[in-house]
Amino acid sequence: MIVRVQNVAFDFSEEVKLFQAATKYSGAIVTFSGIVRDVNGDLDYMLIEHYPGMTENALEKFSAASKVKFDLEHVLVIHRFGVLRPGEIIMMVATASKHRKDAFSGADYLMDYLKSRAPFWKKEVVLGQPDGAWVDAKVIDETALKAWSN
Amino acid sequence: MKLNLLYFAWLRERIGRGQEIIETDAETVTELIAELILRDPGYAAAFEDISSVRVAVDQNLVDFSTSLASVREVAFFPPMTGG
Repeated sequence: MIVRVQNVAFDFSEEVKLFQAATKYSGAIVTFSGIVRDVNGDLDYMLIEHYPGMTENALEKFSAASKVKFDLEHVLVIHRFGVLRPGEIIMMVATASKHRKDAFSGADYLMDYLKSRAPFWKKEVVLGQPDGAWVDAKVIDETALKAWSN
Repeated sequence: MKLNLLYFAWLRERIGRGQEIIETDAETVTELIAELILRDPGYAAAFEDISSVRVAVDQNLVDFSTSLASVREVAFFPPMTGG
């Protein structure tokens, strides 16, 4: 299980390669990456703020829970903070298990927790408006999270 | 007692600082918020709509009714938007 919270960019392909190399018996690996979107064509950058200490603890807790719940051999979570430009990778998760369903479910579960329970906040700064606007949490994300406890 | 307070995202911006140490007798998070609101308009603006504020006590998400007994750090922030 690896959890990293970092300012610097990371190489997604390299991380997937290393992740696979660290597994022994898994026949399935699922990866997800989140990317800065520029929906309206005017995004200057995204600023990601986090709560150092609590962020790492929360991600480790969710990773450990997903590992047990879905019988995962290995879990990787990387999440960036600071200034990110359109097209840059914000974060990734990777899960490895014997069978694909557990790997998919584990990644899905991790993402739902990470979105609504890991202390990150995103601000979008569009060109010509240096103050930016904080991204609102979505009801749909909270609903997805609750579905896991049903 | 002494408490380390942390503010993130728009709460930090409205209050005008990200961290401070305060001396308080507040027994719960709700009492602490009531005390902060009286300090200056920045706090009042930050806690205006309490339904969009989340709180962590010693880095654990909790309810506003949570006791502050033997707590060291309280963090206030909006709903999280990771991923």
